[in-house]
Amino acid sequence: MSTPILSIRDVRRSYGRGQNRFEALKGLDLDIRQGESIAIVGKSGSGKSTLMHILALLDTPSTGVVELQGADTANLRGAALNRTRNKTFGFVFQQFFLTANASVLENVVLPMKIAGIPRSERRRRGLAALEQLDLADKAGNKAVDLSGGQKQRVVIARALVNEPSIIFADEPTGNLDSTTGAAVEDILFGLNRDKGITLIVVTHDEDLAARCDRRILIRDGLLVEDSAKVAA
Amino acid sequence: MKAPDLISSAVANTFRAKTRTLLTILAIFVGAFTLTLTNGLGTGINAYIDDTVTSIGAEDVMTVTKTAETPDDAATGPGGGTEGPAEYNPDTITSTQPGPPGATLIALTPTDIDTLKTIDGVIDAQATKTVTPDYIQAGDGTKYTVSAGGLVTGQTIQLAAGREPADTPADTADGSANEIVLPVSYVEPLGFSDNEAALGQSVSVAVTDAGRTQHVVPATIVGVAEESIAGAAPAIIPSTSLTDLLYDTQNGGLTSSSTGTGAAPDATTGASTDVERYSQASIWFDPNATDEETTALKDDLSAAGYTGSTVADQLGTFTTIINAIVLILNAFAVIALLAASFGIVNTLLMSVQERTREIGLMKAMGMGSGKVFTLFSLEAAFIGFLGSAIGAGIAIITGTLISSALTTTFLADLPGLNLIAFDPASIAIIILAVMAIAFLAGTLPAARAAKADPVESLRYE
Ligand SMILES: Nc1ncnc2c1ncn2[C@@H]1O[C@H](COP(=O)(O)OP(=O)(O)OP(=O)(O)O)[C@@H](O)[C@H]1O
Ligand SMILES: [Mg+2]
Repeated sequence: MSTPILSIRDVRRSYGRGQNRFEALKGLDLDIRQGESIAIVGKSGSGKSTLMHILALLDTPSTGVVELQGADTANLRGAALNRTRNKTFGFVFQQFFLTANASVLENVVLPMKIAGIPRSERRRRGLAALEQLDLADKAGNKAVDLSGGQKQRVVIARALVNEPSIIFADEPTGNLDSTTGAAVEDILFGLNRDKGITLIVVTHDEDLAARCDRRILIRDGLLVEDSAKVAA
Repeated sequence: MKAPDLISSAVANTFRAKTRTLLTILAIFVGAFTLTLTNGLGTGINAYIDDTVTSIGAEDVMTVTKTAETPDDAATGPGGGTEGPAEYNPDTITSTQPGPPGATLIALTPTDIDTLKTIDGVIDAQATKTVTPDYIQAGDGTKYTVSAGGLVTGQTIQLAAGREPADTPADTADGSANEIVLPVSYVEPLGFSDNEAALGQSVSVAVTDAGRTQHVVPATIVGVAEESIAGAAPAIIPSTSLTDLLYDTQNGGLTSSSTGTGAAPDATTGASTDVERYSQASIWFDPNATDEETTALKDDLSAAGYTGSTVADQLGTFTTIINAIVLILNAFAVIALLAASFGIVNTLLMSVQERTREIGLMKAMGMGSGKVFTLFSLEAAFIGFLGSAIGAGIAIITGTLISSALTTTFLADLPGLNLIAFDPASIAIIILAVMAIAFLAGTLPAARAAKADPVESLRYE
């Protein structure tokens, strides 16, 4: 078996100190292989988002090791860390996080702008990503004028435009009706299947979780169930 | 993110909250507007003074008078103070006609002129012949009182028409060297329809000799001079040879060769030497002399018992006062700008607050803290640029309008004075300075944005 793309060992994350100290993650081990689709499920406040932020290198664990492609990420800092975030990860959030008054295309090319990719290439690749999500005709519209489903598709276009190896999705369908949600899911699983992009989805939705290769259940900061382990 | 993208993003972000940005820009506008206008005032007045310097006297010329103290006292300190009672000196003359002594000066004699020539650094020395005409008259018209000014080499007149009087008879149009330049205010009273009409006309200038006999000397008008603060009392400017003629005529009653028929001139003792007395002299020095060299020359002069002053010295106080006023006005403008910079801090803090998620997202996408800081600082600088550029632009328009309105009304008596003038370098400095202030004001919010933790920003509701 090849090295996992992401691997965490005994990861703990606590907030506050002394009396107010609260352990959101209480020692988790997890290996994620390239091309997998994983659902992280659990009750509200169980620590799903915290885990996802640590996996996406947005947050660092209080103790424990996070390895990206076999390399410890503790030494990853500054520009190198930023480059890794920019090149490796794509994000899809429940609340979209689009810049309301900027055009759809401008929103989509933001990761490439941060990467310092020339304007013409940004435009070309941005339009291609929108094309892929059937939004080419909305490229010039203001993001604020789109419907919820369209917004989430724009977010997905933005997430995949830099050709990441992992897409993190926190409640990607939480703000959408079931039909639109299903369409967005189809797109995400299509990317996972056709491009081999690793998909890590945080969700409350059991139907969405069921569509993933693997389902991980978190309860009170502990990994209590891993479908991969059960199958093994 | 590359620099051009940072700049274009900053510019675009500035226009996101239009009302807020506009109000901030307005605050900066007020400061920049004031600053530009007060600076323009300083530039305008000082430029006028500079122009006047060349019209009062050439820069390589010093006016020399004999210090009203004994040379020994004068030598004790540079500049030779004139305070304290002066010792009686038989050479003391009043600078004007006989009468009750007013401002007394110690006369310079030809020996003094020779002494001046020997002083190190003096290229040439020449006595200034003071001519005091009684009146000027065109044809049989009304007689008007007038004073006469001299013109030394290198000095220019601000001419409204015609040319400067010729130096030597050979240069003149008709071979008669009796040319004068008339102040513009005399053109109409003397009966000429306009400046051009006065040119080539002849006038009579009367002087009285020491024997109380009045002599009338004919002269030809070759130019009409603008008035200036330098020529506060309008004066005719005779050519060198006409000055000599008038001077000799004026002192004629005292010389044995005089054609005057007045009271026995020889009765006055020392009459022949009296002619050779001058209230002041001009010396020429190296036009490339540095300030130190000029000061050294003045020291040498005072050591020898003379007081030398350049045109710049004579105008120095005036310039200092103008600069002080401009400085005070500028201080007010800077205070306005400082107040405006708090507006920038406020605007950007709100902006950072509003865009917390966006900042978090950009950081999650790999934008470094340095770039985030730069982005917000650039926004501040751009707001500063807009405020100052608009402020300076409108100040230039306003200043030009005010200036041209005043030139034809209040300040019509001071031709050549552009009360408010703008020079591109100082406008650029103002804009850059305001941008720098705005940038500094922006560093606080920018630092806050740069510090933002992506996870916290993404959790922010
Ligand atoms: N900055 C923080 N300071 C203190 N406690 C925090 C902080 N961030 C998260 N927590 C706590 O950590 C726990 C896990 O939070 P997390 O956001 O991971 O939950 P979640 O599983 O994603 O919940 P939900 O499904 O509602 O999004 C919660 O109890 C939360 O209150
Ligand atoms: Mg969550």
